[in-house]
Amino acid sequence: MAFHIAGIELDSRFFLGTAQYPSPEVLQLAIKASGAQVVTVGLKRQLAQGDGTGSAANDFYSIIRDTGVRLLPNTAGCRAAREAVTLAHMARELFDTPWIKLEVVGDEYTLQPDPFELVKAATELVRAGFEVFPYCTDDLVTCQRLLDAGCRILMPWGAPIGSGQGLLNPHALRTLRARLPGVPLIIDAGIGSPRDAVQAMELGFDAVLLNSAVAQAHAPVQMAHAFKLGIEAGRLAFEAGIMAQQAMAVPTTPVTGRPFVL
Amino acid sequence: MIQITVNGATRAVSPDTTLAELVLLLTPLPQVLATAVNGEFISRNQRDAHCLRNGDAVFTFQPITGG
Repeated sequence: MAFHIAGIELDSRFFLGTAQYPSPEVLQLAIKASGAQVVTVGLKRQLAQGDGTGSAANDFYSIIRDTGVRLLPNTAGCRAAREAVTLAHMARELFDTPWIKLEVVGDEYTLQPDPFELVKAATELVRAGFEVFPYCTDDLVTCQRLLDAGCRILMPWGAPIGSGQGLLNPHALRTLRARLPGVPLIIDAGIGSPRDAVQAMELGFDAVLLNSAVAQAHAPVQMAHAFKLGIEAGRLAFEAGIMAQQAMAVPTTPVTGRPFVL
Repeated sequence: MIQITVNGATRAVSPDTTLAELVLLLTPLPQVLATAVNGEFISRNQRDAHCLRNGDAVFTFQPITGG
């Protein structure tokens, strides 16, 4: 089950987000139950007068850091390439990693990535030595442009962030997988249930990144485990080869016609 | 004195105040913050040499959870 991403060997194909958990302790247990070796983190501009959440934020971050998992900082909140580039440099310094989940949103309602700003930012960040994980749509040409910019990994959405709608466009995702066979593809955003993760893995995607589906469950730790099993099952099924669907029934028991009719 | 903003709030500081000196006024642990001035990232190593100017907009960021 091990696979390589950005030159790193990982056993887990589950990338977990760390936001929205009810407590640092639940987050810690959820990370453990997920088996994830990579978790996403963010950066927040400090408020001028302080907002009273600094200590809580530090508690969460301390827990994450102490788990020893690899960090994938994001550029959440950015609307332009220049913002994302600046935030990525800050992330590299604060988290001591060249990995960056590049988010540049172009629409406030859907939080859909802006492909033009995304490519612009990716180009600059790759030149500056970052390992860019671009959060993108499932548009094939945008993905190709990101690869042209030097990205080695792509993270197409399944559905809008936090919507839990699952894989809205399996055709586009199949097309991506078929046209970019050697590129690590991670489904990011929109996953709602373990069945969505199974589907993504059965389609041949290399990994799944999700947050809300675990954090918003009544029992996040249990849900993290459920996703772990689903992702493993989906990958095993993909590797094993899923049978072709048939339009009609096909008998399975090798009988000799009807039992009492010669 | 010169006027700058720090995360949107106006602040008066002495002329020739460096970014490193400003950060020390904000936190005793300067390594826990990342800084930008006028939208440009200023690394920890550059803060000592970066003198603030009248009208500068300073932003400081800290790690948080994220998706």
